[in-house]
Amino acid sequence: MLEIEGLNAWYGASHVLHGISFSVEPGEIVALVGRNGAGKTTTIRSVMGLIAKTTGSVRFAGTPLLTLPAHARFGLGLAYVPEERRIVPGLSVRENLQLGLVAHSGAIDERKAIDEIAESFPRLKERLGQEAVTMSGGEQQMLAIARAMIARPRMILLDEPSEGIMPVLVEETGTLFRRLRDQGVTLLLVEQNVEWALRLADRALIIDQGEVVHRSAAHALLADKAIQERYCAV
Amino acid sequence: MMDAELIAMQLFSGIALGAILIMVALGLSIIFGMLGVVNFAHGALFMVGAYAGLWVASLTGSFWWGLLVAPLAVGIFGMAIEYLLIRPLYGRSVDDPLLLTFGLGYVLVEAVRIVFGSDGIPFQTPPQLAGVADLGIGFFPIYRLFVIAVVALLLLLLWLVLEKTKFGLIVRAGAQDPQIMRVLGVDISRVWLLVFGLGVGLTALGGVLAAPMRNVNPEMGSLVLAEAFVVTVIGGMGSLVGAIVAGLLVGVAISMTALFAPEMATIVMFALMALVLLVRPQGLFGKPGRA
Repeated sequence: MLEIEGLNAWYGASHVLHGISFSVEPGEIVALVGRNGAGKTTTIRSVMGLIAKTTGSVRFAGTPLLTLPAHARFGLGLAYVPEERRIVPGLSVRENLQLGLVAHSGAIDERKAIDEIAESFPRLKERLGQEAVTMSGGEQQMLAIARAMIARPRMILLDEPSEGIMPVLVEETGTLFRRLRDQGVTLLLVEQNVEWALRLADRALIIDQGEVVHRSAAHALLADKAIQERYCAV
Repeated sequence: MMDAELIAMQLFSGIALGAILIMVALGLSIIFGMLGVVNFAHGALFMVGAYAGLWVASLTGSFWWGLLVAPLAVGIFGMAIEYLLIRPLYGRSVDDPLLLTFGLGYVLVEAVRIVFGSDGIPFQTPPQLAGVADLGIGFFPIYRLFVIAVVALLLLLLWLVLEKTKFGLIVRAGAQDPQIMRVLGVDISRVWLLVFGLGVGLTALGGVLAAPMRNVNPEMGSLVLAEAFVVTVIGGMGSLVGAIVAGLLVGVAISMTALFAPEMATIVMFALMALVLLVRPQGLFGKPGRA
């Protein structure tokens, strides 16, 4: 589904990714872990087209991405939940959900799609008319995920979905991700909450100083405290 | 009794003046809110709108064609400006588009001077709109009533587009966070192009509407630009409601002052602006911390 080969990325003059290579198969959850500043966020931002200078090869369902403008990647079925959530101020919850559909060309009935997504997110259902940024951090996170899901993408890239939300919501989010995977949606998850991410994921990758330094089944890494300690401890 | 009638007439003139200012300030505000560009060529484009209206009207013999075609043509011209001149400057310092549009304003004024000459050209009020109407409280020029009606209709239309359409939702969201719009599949640079064209089209329409009320000359944009800046500062840069309320406020303040103390008419808007800046620096409807 997603094939990354020799990905390099720069922020201005500083070279932050050094030849990242990995792939994500359709219908699996892959966790991308590592310390702060290791290059996890840069990796998914590169896939989404939000990093100005990148080299190497990134393919999504066979289509080379790096030469495509960011907005064209959405149409291929690629969705993104940024770490800062980016809920748009001044807009209601409903309008923020509508934003997930404005560029969608296929036949999705907007009203029906919003009703359906509201069923999956009861917390949002009660608040459709409320200004979205007045909700709690956890609710905004749910909204960011719902907005990414609403156009039925084939793959969702999530940056720290568990950050700053209540433990009960973290568990709910995990259940939702498993359900999405069962529906055939591919997920790439960047997480600081390593244990949670590894319980959820099928496979895991560790990024350190802009390189992939470890790859294994998620449960294998979960059991290997030594490697976790070496690359993920704060 | 005579006094009340005079005040009513002056109030009414102020609203008509305010309506023109709203057209100019709205474009200025919408372009700034969305693209972050302070368009210093906005006054010159107002003037270009007036000349374009005049030219089309003289070609076709009809004011109505001028009113319809000139804003559209100047709006498309505005899109060309965004595409060719301003777009390469995104991602650079905010001074760059500011200097560019500042210079462009002079180029437009000189270009019009070369083509049409420096002297003012009178613009006849279309015969259907000439004369005065008796509204019971006094006699009002029909043309000014027409200007107010056109602007009111346009504001209603603009509100409907912004609040009720997909394009409007994209514009409102894109003004807040262009990057998330890209990720959601929106080619935001195309939206910027359209919004710049819309803003320029609005000021050009203001120019055509203003033409029969004042002398059309190459310098007519500079005072309007100053007035529109005052309006956007009072209303809050980037706020559309602010531009509307402040436009009316400034228009009425100018014309009421003209009645009682004509020599103070221009100063009063700056005094109003200073007052707002002291009491509420972000403007009446602006959000703190922006601009």
